[in-house]
Amino acid sequence: MSRLWKEFIKGWWKENPVFVMVLGMCPTLAVTNSVQNAIGMIGAVTFVLIGSSLIVSLIRKIVPNQVRIATFIVVIATFVTMADRYLAAYYPELSKALGPYVPLIVVNCIILGRQEAFASKNGVIASLLDALGMSIGFGIALMFMSSVREILGSGTWLGMKVLGSWYIPWQVMILPAGAFFVYGFLYWGFRAIDKAFTKG
Amino acid sequence: MELLVIFISALLINNFVLHYFLGLCPFIGVSNRLDSAASMGMAVTFVMTIAATVSWLIYYLLLVPYHLEFLEIVSFILVIASLVQLVEMFIRKVSPPLYQALGIYLPLITTNCAILGVALLTVLKGYNFIETLVFSLGAGLGFSLAIIIMAGIREELEFADVPESLKGAGITMITAGILALAFMGFSGLIK
Repeated sequence: MSRLWKEFIKGWWKENPVFVMVLGMCPTLAVTNSVQNAIGMIGAVTFVLIGSSLIVSLIRKIVPNQVRIATFIVVIATFVTMADRYLAAYYPELSKALGPYVPLIVVNCIILGRQEAFASKNGVIASLLDALGMSIGFGIALMFMSSVREILGSGTWLGMKVLGSWYIPWQVMILPAGAFFVYGFLYWGFRAIDKAFTKG
Repeated sequence: MELLVIFISALLINNFVLHYFLGLCPFIGVSNRLDSAASMGMAVTFVMTIAATVSWLIYYLLLVPYHLEFLEIVSFILVIASLVQLVEMFIRKVSPPLYQALGIYLPLITTNCAILGVALLTVLKGYNFIETLVFSLGAGLGFSLAIIIMAGIREELEFADVPESLKGAGITMITAGILALAFMGFSGLIK
């Protein structure tokens, strides 16, 4: 049980996919201009990651080693197509705002990385927990990024006004340049806190 | 004229790395030395142009006539993955020196989101064949431009005193942010 718990929580901080492993940067930077977009992206990635981890860990003994990467990609692409169609059907506006970044989950290194490093070598339960934990880590990072960018960039959080009319929004925060800055500084903070903890 | 606008906008204004955030993995991973950055840029430009045109042909000649548009993602990624293998074998046979220069970067390109991104964007924007060709070439050269500038900066940055926790991805991202700000100046080029 404690091993499973460890697989579950490692993605939250110690092996956080975004800030420690620096994987899946495209969606992290591209869709965090508002919290709503970030939530849509987190949902899609969670669905794809859990679905493909489940399938890959189920078929891990049947797939020959030479074609495993191609197999993983087809499995992932299938789930991404499902997520993409679902968003387009039920949340057309969100789907439009996310644009090509939902189909691009196929080449998101977090997902292929987890299949290669974990789901293809471990049982179903462990793989599911690993996928869920990694999705939570990804979610934490995206919520941080998008909250900072939306609050500073438009003075709102999930569309609600949080800063008064005295606040002049920093336009740059919702522009691409702002994404790079916010990531850089959050990465700095994350690493500094991590170092302080491991020392003390 | 229209084609020139598409080219300039893909190259400078909507630069793939600095505006669409595509291809960030190699942008961070391979931008610490100038010569390897230049090779990576060449390899990406090369594969991107071929991949985008082939994907365009597949989409409009195969998927659209049979109403299989929902297979877009699966078919594009398979085409790109096999295309990279083909290009690698072809270059190895035809031009060993070019293979020496690009060889190790080619497999990495399969998982480069910029390649799939350009294929998806041409469909999203509804470009015709010639426009796709010009757009993907511009996007590839834009990627090369960004990664080469970045490598130049990072070579100098090695002598700077960067805080320990900011080293690596952190400082690279902040530098990229400043670059993105600079590239915003180009947006006045096209009305």
